[in-house]
Amino acid sequence: MLRKEFIQLLRDPRARFGLLVPSILQVLIYGYAATFELHHVRMAVLDLDHSYESRDLLSRFESNGHFELIATLNNRHQITDLIDRGTATLAIQILPGFSELVGKGQTAPVQVILDGTDSNTALIALGYINEIANGYAQDYAKANLMRTAPAIAVHLPDVELARRPWYNPNLESQWFFVPGTIGSILLTSCLTLAAFAIVREREVGTLEQVMVSPISRLEFILGKTIPFFLIATTQMILIMLIARLWFQVPFHGSYLLLGIGTSVFLLSILGVALLISTVSGTQQQAMIASFFFIMPAITLSGFSFPISAMPRVMQWFTYLDPLRFYLVIIRGSFLKGSDWAALWSQIVALVIIATALLAISVQRFHKSLD
Amino acid sequence: MSLNRLSAITRKEIIQIRRDPRSLLIVFLMPAMLMALMGYGISLDQKNVPVCVFDREGSQQSQDLLKHFQASIYFNVVMVNDDYASLVRAIDRGKCSLGLVIPNDFSEQLRNGGEVDVQGIVDATDDNTANLIFGYGEAVVAGYSNDVQLQYLSSNGFATMNAPVSVQSRTWFNEDLDSSNFIVPGVVVLVMAVIGTFLTSLTVAREWERGTMEQLVSTPVTPLEVTIGKLIPYFALGFIDTIFCEAIAVFWFQVPFRGAFVMMFLASALFLAVVLLLGYWISAATKSQLAASQFSLVLTFLPAFLLSGFAFPIDQMPIAVQAITYLTPARYYLTLVKAIFLKGTGVAPLMPQMFALTLFATIVGRMALRSFRKVLE
Repeated sequence: MLRKEFIQLLRDPRARFGLLVPSILQVLIYGYAATFELHHVRMAVLDLDHSYESRDLLSRFESNGHFELIATLNNRHQITDLIDRGTATLAIQILPGFSELVGKGQTAPVQVILDGTDSNTALIALGYINEIANGYAQDYAKANLMRTAPAIAVHLPDVELARRPWYNPNLESQWFFVPGTIGSILLTSCLTLAAFAIVREREVGTLEQVMVSPISRLEFILGKTIPFFLIATTQMILIMLIARLWFQVPFHGSYLLLGIGTSVFLLSILGVALLISTVSGTQQQAMIASFFFIMPAITLSGFSFPISAMPRVMQWFTYLDPLRFYLVIIRGSFLKGSDWAALWSQIVALVIIATALLAISVQRFHKSLD
Repeated sequence: MSLNRLSAITRKEIIQIRRDPRSLLIVFLMPAMLMALMGYGISLDQKNVPVCVFDREGSQQSQDLLKHFQASIYFNVVMVNDDYASLVRAIDRGKCSLGLVIPNDFSEQLRNGGEVDVQGIVDATDDNTANLIFGYGEAVVAGYSNDVQLQYLSSNGFATMNAPVSVQSRTWFNEDLDSSNFIVPGVVVLVMAVIGTFLTSLTVAREWERGTMEQLVSTPVTPLEVTIGKLIPYFALGFIDTIFCEAIAVFWFQVPFRGAFVMMFLASALFLAVVLLLGYWISAATKSQLAASQFSLVLTFLPAFLLSGFAFPIDQMPIAVQAITYLTPARYYLTLVKAIFLKGTGVAPLMPQMFALTLFATIVGRMALRSFRKVLE
């Protein structure tokens, strides 16, 4: 029974190709493309003051690792052109009279024009700009104070937030995305494979043949599912190798715990596949139904976008998503060294989901066959 | 090419589509669901971030600092911990996203002057969220620091000192920096990319698996007529879908529409042609529906999601990956959609993108036709 399933699956060389290569590609592309980090925000500067102070301020922007100076402008009209075309993401403008105002102890404005079409980039860039401007202001004020009243300057307090990033000290987006791809890839490939395989048998008619053979229902189900577990494990090992060896994402947790978590996750995916197969008569319907599940499952899982940023109602819905729990297990195992105490609730949640889905679909399956 | 045969194919395809009303429902249900899902679910804005505090001093000054956090729209102080261990637990359990540790000699350090550190602990597994939270936290602490400095200076006989520099920022095109204005146009592109390829990826494979392909071959229809004839109804459906999605974007999500309708129609028609032809090509090149669906998912959804600039800024990617994005049709369409919606850009600056899409449509079209011809042999 197992052999038959395997042979059927592996007979199509395109299927073999389709199992491994897209997974590898996905991991690599996610690892390199998926990032919100800003390494070089394209910036143009316009200095109409040409003073020591204005140059000092602008040089701080230029030397900051997040910005890339792409143009030093001569007049304001050039700004419109650059931002409209998207050549520059932001433009910093210092008007004439800057150094005078600063010298008199008055507040001098620094004008920043920002392209807001990518709001995340704009927000982060604005944060950096404010930080740099504040740094300049602080340094300038302190230097002044040192000159006029050194005794007082020495005791000027300066409160700062000391960053303590846990588990990902260098804030590497690869550490966040790459382990997550294990979950999304397993979800997509296992679900489609399983749902399709079952439905295809029904469509092509071999389902009845199997039913009249001396195999029990349990053997039938096991025979269908074990190959998928094996395929899933192969994919997972492959991705983990890429994550550890290529991207050098650390693994601090327990492989055993991850294995248990993965098995329960796959069971729940199988449950979804079985459920889909009971509502789909044709492969096309199976594909649509799978898609209807995969899209929300990945979007709401916290795979790329934080659950904490979603509306309350949607956050409740995420509790129905097996991928949500599995991602906690994966990321916990890789980055946090999470142990049973930290992850037991995720595993229990997956068990509940898997049991419920399997129970419902086995029931429906029985009904549809009788 | 015979118009008669062409319209016959088109009619046959329409009848087949009508016979499966469920898939027709899908054509409108799926985009609506996806737009709702992603329009609301995808957000990078962090507000009311829960904060726990381990205040080791509990003085007037530390309370002042906490008030600054409480007053910020970005933060919500939800827990005050008595010891470090409970703070750690709270962070690990996800009860709070920022953990503050105020030193036990906070006020003394303030009196002595110099740098005074307040620890900010964030679970940095999600690096982007952590970055945003740190940024906001630093801004709040900077505000508190300013207050403290002003107090210090005025108590030492200085009049209020002006900050020498103030940043005046003006944001163009998306004034409120609302992430939905940035995400929703992208969702339209994503949905159309998926639906477009989806619609056609099954057509040829289905005929092949059902065996009706041989019947088709025995008729005097030419491959070109079959291709065009099959695509016309899907093009119409896809176009209606696009309008539907864009209407949702404008009327439901309130994304501004500053450009010209004609531009939008033209751009959408071009992109639709590309994705439909792509789906057709996949459909012709792979004989099994399973493979067709897997391929279409990988070749359309993933690039549209990852490489089009939908969520992740292209210019921040490594050069090699940026090169790959030039091969992604969704990238050009997204530029067009964002420009037309948010910037109100005219025709001239967008010619390169239009040209790229036309080029794609031509190339993919040829490949699709060639594959289809091979299939018929």
